Amino acid sequence: MSDNKKFMFVNRKAPYGTIYALESLEVVLITAAFDQDVSLAFLDDGVYQLKKGMQTKGIEIKNFSPTYRALEDYDVEKLYVEKEAMEARGLNEDDFIVGVTVLSRAEMGKLMDEQDVVLSF
Amino acid sequence: MLHIVNKSPLTSGTLESCLSTMVDGGDVLLIEDAVYAATAGSAFESKLTAAMGRCKVHVLMPDLEARGLGDRLLAGVSSVDYAGFVALTVSNKNCQSWL
Repeated sequence: MSDNKKFMFVNRKAPYGTIYALESLEVVLITAAFDQDVSLAFLDDGVYQLKKGMQTKGIEIKNFSPTYRALEDYDVEKLYVEKEAMEARGLNEDDFIVGVTVLSRAEMGKLMDEQDVVLSF
Repeated sequence: MLHIVNKSPLTSGTLESCLSTMVDGGDVLLIEDAVYAATAGSAFESKLTAAMGRCKVHVLMPDLEARGLGDRLLAGVSSVDYAGFVALTVSNKNCQSWL
Protein backbone atom coordinates (compact mmCIF):
# COMPACT_ATOMS: atom_id res chain seq x y z
CA MET A 1 0.00 0.00 0.00
CA SER A 2 1.16 3.54 -0.68
CA ASP A 3 1.09 4.76 2.93
CA ASN A 4 3.21 1.88 4.12
CA LYS A 5 6.25 3.30 5.89
CA LYS A 6 9.50 1.74 6.96
CA PHE A 7 9.74 1.78 10.75
CA MET A 8 12.89 0.86 12.63
CA PHE A 9 13.05 0.30 16.38
CA VAL A 10 16.57 0.87 17.65
CA ASN A 11 17.21 -1.05 20.87
CA ARG A 12 20.38 -0.14 22.74
CA LYS A 13 19.64 -0.97 26.38
CA ALA A 14 20.04 -4.17 28.36
CA PRO A 15 16.81 -5.75 29.63
CA TYR A 16 15.52 -5.41 33.25
CA GLY A 17 17.99 -2.73 34.40
CA THR A 18 15.78 -0.14 32.74
CA ILE A 19 12.26 -0.25 31.27
CA TYR A 20 13.36 0.60 27.69
CA ALA A 21 13.50 -2.96 26.34
CA LEU A 22 9.98 -3.82 27.48
CA GLU A 23 8.57 -0.47 26.33
CA SER A 24 10.08 -0.95 22.88
CA LEU A 25 8.50 -4.36 22.56
CA GLU A 26 5.09 -2.93 23.48
CA VAL A 27 5.34 -0.22 20.82
CA VAL A 28 6.56 -2.74 18.22
CA LEU A 29 3.39 -4.78 18.76
CA ILE A 30 1.22 -1.68 18.39
CA THR A 31 2.99 -0.62 15.19
CA ALA A 32 2.72 -4.11 13.73
CA ALA A 33 -1.05 -3.97 14.19
CA PHE A 34 -1.12 -1.06 11.73
CA ASP A 35 0.44 -3.19 9.01
CA GLN A 36 3.68 -1.26 8.60
CA ASP A 37 7.12 -2.42 7.47
CA VAL A 38 8.79 -2.98 10.85
CA SER A 39 12.46 -3.69 11.54
CA LEU A 40 14.04 -4.24 14.96
CA ALA A 41 17.68 -3.33 15.39
CA PHE A 42 19.72 -4.45 18.39
CA LEU A 43 22.86 -2.41 19.02
CA ASP A 44 25.27 -2.05 21.94
CA ASP A 45 23.77 -3.51 25.16
CA GLY A 46 20.50 -4.02 23.26
CA VAL A 47 21.88 -7.34 21.99
CA TYR A 48 21.47 -8.69 25.53
CA GLN A 49 17.68 -8.42 25.12
CA LEU A 50 17.70 -11.52 22.91
CA LYS A 51 19.81 -13.77 25.16
CA LYS A 52 18.35 -17.23 25.61
CA GLY A 53 17.72 -18.83 29.00
CA MET A 54 16.54 -15.87 31.07
CA GLN A 55 15.31 -16.97 34.50
CA THR A 56 13.72 -13.98 36.18
CA LYS A 57 12.03 -15.67 39.13
CA GLY A 58 14.78 -14.50 41.47
CA ILE A 59 14.28 -10.82 40.64
CA GLU A 60 10.48 -11.11 40.55
CA ILE A 61 10.14 -9.44 37.15
CA LYS A 62 8.27 -11.03 34.24
CA ASN A 63 10.54 -12.62 31.64
CA PHE A 64 9.36 -10.96 28.44
CA SER A 65 11.92 -12.57 26.13
CA PRO A 66 9.52 -15.27 24.79
CA THR A 67 7.57 -12.39 23.19
CA TYR A 68 10.38 -11.96 20.64
CA ARG A 69 9.52 -15.43 19.35
CA ALA A 70 5.87 -14.39 18.91
CA LEU A 71 6.75 -11.42 16.70
CA GLU A 72 6.61 -13.45 13.51
CA ASP A 73 2.90 -14.02 14.16
CA TYR A 74 2.55 -10.25 13.78
CA ASP A 75 4.59 -10.30 10.56
CA VAL A 76 7.56 -8.72 12.33
CA GLU A 77 10.34 -10.83 10.88
CA LYS A 78 13.19 -8.39 10.39
CA LEU A 79 15.45 -8.60 13.41
CA TYR A 80 18.97 -7.28 13.05
CA VAL A 81 21.85 -7.66 15.49
CA GLU A 82 25.01 -5.60 15.38
CA LYS A 83 27.99 -7.90 14.93
CA GLU A 84 30.56 -5.83 16.80
CA ALA A 85 28.28 -5.42 19.83
CA MET A 86 27.47 -9.13 19.87
CA GLU A 87 31.12 -10.13 19.76
CA ALA A 88 32.21 -7.60 22.40
CA ARG A 89 29.76 -9.29 24.77
CA GLY A 90 31.01 -12.81 24.14
CA LEU A 91 27.81 -13.77 22.33
CA ASN A 92 27.09 -15.49 19.02
CA GLU A 93 23.96 -16.22 16.98
CA ASP A 94 23.28 -19.45 18.88
CA ASP A 95 22.83 -17.45 22.09
CA PHE A 96 19.67 -15.75 20.84
CA ILE A 97 16.10 -16.79 21.59
CA VAL A 98 15.05 -16.08 18.01
CA GLY A 99 16.60 -16.13 14.53
CA VAL A 100 18.31 -12.86 13.60
CA THR A 101 20.31 -11.32 10.79
CA VAL A 102 23.75 -10.21 11.92
CA LEU A 103 24.96 -6.96 10.37
CA SER A 104 28.18 -5.01 10.74
CA ARG A 105 27.91 -1.61 12.38
CA ALA A 106 28.35 0.03 8.97
CA GLU A 107 25.57 -2.07 7.42
CA MET A 108 23.35 -1.22 10.38
CA GLY A 109 23.98 2.48 9.81
CA LYS A 110 23.02 2.18 6.17
CA LEU A 111 19.80 0.31 7.00
CA MET A 112 18.95 2.95 9.60
CA ASP A 113 19.49 5.68 7.02
CA GLU A 114 16.96 4.04 4.67
CA GLN A 115 14.08 4.20 7.17
CA ASP A 116 11.13 6.60 7.09
CA VAL A 117 10.71 6.53 10.86
CA VAL A 118 13.26 5.61 13.53
CA LEU A 119 12.11 5.01 17.11
CA SER A 120 14.88 5.01 19.69
CA PHE A 121 14.97 2.97 22.87
CA MET B 1 34.56 -0.93 52.26
CA LEU B 2 31.78 -2.15 49.97
CA HIS B 3 31.35 -0.68 46.49
CA ILE B 4 28.07 -1.39 44.69
CA VAL B 5 27.78 -0.96 40.91
CA ASN B 6 24.56 -1.35 38.91
CA LYS B 7 25.42 -0.12 35.38
CA SER B 8 26.62 -2.12 32.37
CA PRO B 9 30.41 -1.73 31.96
CA LEU B 10 30.21 -1.33 28.18
CA THR B 11 27.79 1.60 28.14
CA SER B 12 28.65 3.39 31.36
CA GLY B 13 31.89 4.43 33.02
CA THR B 14 30.70 3.76 36.57
CA LEU B 15 32.46 0.43 37.06
CA GLU B 16 35.73 1.87 35.73
CA SER B 17 35.32 4.87 38.06
CA CYS B 18 34.74 2.51 40.96
CA LEU B 19 37.73 0.30 40.18
CA SER B 20 40.08 3.21 39.67
CA THR B 21 38.96 4.98 42.85
CA MET B 22 38.72 2.22 45.42
CA VAL B 23 41.61 1.19 47.65
CA ASP B 24 42.93 -2.37 47.57
CA GLY B 25 41.27 -5.03 49.67
CA GLY B 26 37.70 -3.82 49.37
CA ASP B 27 34.57 -5.61 48.20
CA VAL B 28 32.88 -4.86 44.86
CA LEU B 29 29.31 -6.05 44.39
CA LEU B 30 27.92 -6.13 40.85
CA ILE B 31 24.12 -5.93 40.67
CA GLU B 32 21.48 -5.26 37.97
CA ASP B 33 23.12 -4.41 34.61
CA ALA B 34 26.61 -4.44 36.15
CA VAL B 35 26.48 -8.24 36.29
CA TYR B 36 27.40 -8.26 32.58
CA ALA B 37 30.94 -7.30 33.68
CA ALA B 38 31.32 -10.73 35.28
CA THR B 39 30.50 -12.77 32.17
CA ALA B 40 33.09 -14.79 30.28
CA GLY B 41 33.88 -13.44 26.82
CA SER B 42 32.83 -9.86 27.53
CA ALA B 43 35.14 -7.07 26.37
CA PHE B 44 35.36 -6.04 30.04
CA GLU B 45 36.65 -9.45 31.16
CA SER B 46 40.35 -8.52 31.27
CA LYS B 47 39.69 -5.36 33.30
CA LEU B 48 37.62 -7.23 35.85
CA THR B 49 40.17 -10.03 36.05
CA ALA B 50 42.87 -7.43 36.73
CA ALA B 51 40.73 -5.90 39.50
CA MET B 52 40.25 -9.29 41.14
CA GLY B 53 43.95 -9.29 41.94
CA ARG B 54 43.46 -6.49 44.46
CA CYS B 55 39.85 -6.69 45.61
CA LYS B 56 37.06 -9.20 46.08
CA VAL B 57 34.40 -9.18 43.34
CA HIS B 58 30.89 -10.46 44.00
CA VAL B 59 27.91 -10.78 41.68
CA LEU B 60 24.24 -10.87 42.64
CA MET B 61 23.28 -14.22 41.12
CA PRO B 62 19.51 -13.61 40.67
CA ASP B 63 20.40 -10.67 38.41
CA LEU B 64 22.82 -12.78 36.34
CA GLU B 65 20.28 -15.61 36.00
CA ALA B 66 17.55 -13.17 34.96
CA ARG B 67 19.75 -12.08 32.07
CA GLY B 68 20.27 -15.66 30.86
CA LEU B 69 23.94 -15.70 31.83
CA GLY B 70 23.96 -17.75 35.02
CA ASP B 71 26.23 -20.29 33.32
CA ARG B 72 28.80 -17.71 32.13
CA LEU B 73 30.10 -16.44 35.46
CA LEU B 74 33.80 -15.58 35.30
CA ALA B 75 36.05 -17.81 37.37
CA GLY B 76 37.11 -16.16 40.59
CA VAL B 77 33.97 -14.05 41.03
CA SER B 78 31.95 -14.90 44.11
CA SER B 79 28.22 -15.36 43.60
CA VAL B 80 25.86 -14.08 46.28
CA ASP B 81 22.10 -14.17 46.81
CA TYR B 82 20.03 -11.44 48.50
CA ALA B 83 21.04 -12.71 51.95
CA GLY B 84 24.68 -12.50 50.84
CA PHE B 85 24.07 -8.91 49.67
CA VAL B 86 22.84 -8.02 53.16
CA ALA B 87 25.77 -9.85 54.76
CA LEU B 88 28.22 -7.75 52.70
CA THR B 89 26.59 -4.51 53.81
CA VAL B 90 26.81 -5.68 57.43
CA SER B 91 30.41 -6.92 57.31
CA ASN B 92 31.74 -3.72 55.73
CA LYS B 93 32.10 -0.53 57.76
CA ASN B 94 30.68 1.62 54.97
CA CYS B 95 29.37 1.46 51.43
CA GLN B 96 29.39 3.50 48.21
CA SER B 97 26.78 3.01 45.46
CA TRP B 98 28.17 4.08 42.07
CA LEU B 99 24.83 5.19 40.61
